[in-house]
Amino acid sequence: MRLTCPHCGDRDLREFTYKGDALALLRPDETANPQEWVDYVHNRDNPAGTTSELWYHGPCGSWLVAVRDTTTHVTHRTLSLAEAGK
Amino acid sequence: MAKLIARPATDGLLPIEIGKAILEDAQPQAITWVAPFNRKKSAVSKTLGGFPGPGEVVEVKAGRALSVGPGQAMILGAPLDCEGAAVADQSDAWTVVALEGAAARDVLARVTPLDLRDAVFPEGGTARTLVGHMTASLTRVGPFRFEIMVFRSMTQTLIHELERAMKHVDARTKL
Repeated sequence: MRLTCPHCGDRDLREFTYKGDALALLRPDETANPQEWVDYVHNRDNPAGTTSELWYHGPCGSWLVAVRDTTTHVTHRTLSLAEAGK
Repeated sequence: MAKLIARPATDGLLPIEIGKAILEDAQPQAITWVAPFNRKKSAVSKTLGGFPGPGEVVEVKAGRALSVGPGQAMILGAPLDCEGAAVADQSDAWTVVALEGAAARDVLARVTPLDLRDAVFPEGGTARTLVGHMTASLTRVGPFRFEIMVFRSMTQTLIHELERAMKHVDARTKL
């Protein structure tokens, strides 16, 4: 598997670390109710299909969002956090 | 006060020549990390005599500037200071070695996941990548010469990994 680092370009998987669902970027605001916080902190979908994930490129220190398909292993696109709106 | 004797990190370990590759010390006089502040990149570039974009190496006034991360460069050469940028002296924090020879690329291919083919990593290219389990900065300074930069504390591990790969590449040519 290869991923595209927003700074370095196309690189081998060994250079990256998985950092969880990209849902982590969607932090609830101060007015959110407890259920929204529970969902944000604990609950994750486990889709057979398209999923958004956070990855970290260790050698250069960039974070990225990879949108990929868990059934075909195709990576549709990778975004820097700036492009992902964070 | 005790008088300390400065020694290079590779003292007594290099050079190593095995088959068609030679590993030698390539420590510059100074290593300086430079990261321009917001909206100061062009001013910093003017002061230094250039600033590398992603994957680039630029010859600047103080020496050679390598891209080492988003908005960051490492300058190998003379010590320097620069207005409008975060600047940190890294001379004692990193070790630079050079691997040269017809087998240099085959040796590196055993320890790094980076694509080293001419079309992808030409002369004058630089990349942050892995060498063994270490994060490193790899620069192709000539058709058969690569400079490898790792944290100074990992010097012996780097030399061990490269020496092993050099032995293995050489052994295969003798089959």
